[in-house]
Amino acid sequence: MSDSPRILARRDFIRLAAPAVPIALAACGWDGGKQLQPVFNKVIGVNNSLGEELLAVRHAQANPAQIARGQMPSYFVSEGMPMLSDPSKWALEVGGLVRKPTRFTPEMISALPHINYTVTHHCVEGWSVVKAWGGVPFATFAAMVEPMPGANYVQFDSFDDGYMNGWDIASAMHPQTILADAFEGKPITAAHGAPLRLYSPIKLGYKLTKYLTKVTFTDKKIGGYWEDRGYPWFGGL
Amino acid sequence: MTVIRHRPLVRITHWLNAIFLAGMIGSGLQIYTAYGHIGFHGETFNVPNPFDASRMAIPHAVKLGGWLAGGLRWHFTLAWPFVLTGLAYVLFLVFSGEWRALLFRPRDVPGAWQMTRYYLRLRRDHPPQGKHNPLQKSAYTFAIVLALVSILSGFAIAKPIQLAFLTTLFGGYEWARYWHFVAVWTFTAFIVAHVVMVFVADPASLRAIITGRYRGRHTSHE
Repeated sequence: MSDSPRILARRDFIRLAAPAVPIALAACGWDGGKQLQPVFNKVIGVNNSLGEELLAVRHAQANPAQIARGQMPSYFVSEGMPMLSDPSKWALEVGGLVRKPTRFTPEMISALPHINYTVTHHCVEGWSVVKAWGGVPFATFAAMVEPMPGANYVQFDSFDDGYMNGWDIASAMHPQTILADAFEGKPITAAHGAPLRLYSPIKLGYKLTKYLTKVTFTDKKIGGYWEDRGYPWFGGL
Repeated sequence: MTVIRHRPLVRITHWLNAIFLAGMIGSGLQIYTAYGHIGFHGETFNVPNPFDASRMAIPHAVKLGGWLAGGLRWHFTLAWPFVLTGLAYVLFLVFSGEWRALLFRPRDVPGAWQMTRYYLRLRRDHPPQGKHNPLQKSAYTFAIVLALVSILSGFAIAKPIQLAFLTTLFGGYEWARYWHFVAVWTFTAFIVAHVVMVFVADPASLRAIITGRYRGRHTSHE
């Protein structure tokens, strides 16, 4: 025997270091650094596209008649709860790449046909609740302002300290995507995005802009508050 | 006697999977930390969960990504190579016929009992075996099932509306999340047992999974 098993075993131990590498990286909470961030961007970009494809192929809807469960926490990024000093002056600006830009007053929105559903809300953090929402389908607004060809994305702006989201048009036009003015059977409160918020059971919570001020149809893929900080852009369920 | 035990594809996928699985678990624990409970928000399920955030905090040292978004980016990037290497391994087993030495079948039950007796020292001599003994076969077959549960419950959590049939299969979103974590604990237990058994039962197998060559006690291939 030319080489003893002991020496081989030692060499094997060194080779065993391979799986220890990610463990060591984990110890520093490594985010991938300059080397891996571009790889992540590429793969997550593919995931976003696959999410859009899956929605286009399946086009599934959430069960609209579930039994309410859990507690919906209040969430905003401003220091204090965003509230309007004079709600009567608020209106929703819907414009961008549209033929008929429109300013929707609360009275106009109340007069539009509403839908209601009780659906599961999924947060990116991993929790869920089942709650009742009511509002006007986004598609209703779109039909009124008449988007132009090429308006493949929508930007939702708020008065919550710059919180905003960019959406793909297919998710926005999904029949369960609404601009909600009711929560748990009552007019929505400031804690949950009054006077009007975006809601859809097909998106993670961080995609659902509260405290809406403006809806802009655009040909540009717009990021978002958390999306620009690392959450997946599509965020589709 | 030295025999060739593992073909290159088996060795490569084994070590790649070791790396990817470690990354999946680390980033998964980072994601879990964002809401370390099972059940609806404000209405926690009464299920066994030794890692509930009220009971213990996941140590920083085993987490990957730094924060939720960092963990998500690792998890959703590594998920694909993890699935692909697993798929390559299983397809190799199927088409090479190697599955015969690995798949646990009903006829392995008596042998598994004899191996259990041997490990419990109720039997003195090591039962005769081929490449793997029946207990090993059960463990390696179980690992494939575990990987399948992890992957399917992962998709069930990621796409509960578009892949609702999967989510329903696991009993709904909250339960899919639970089974995803049970799979993590079980995988971790499997890895610990796997590594301990390599050193305790057959250290020569370590060389075999690295170089392919085996010079240990159980040289028969079938």
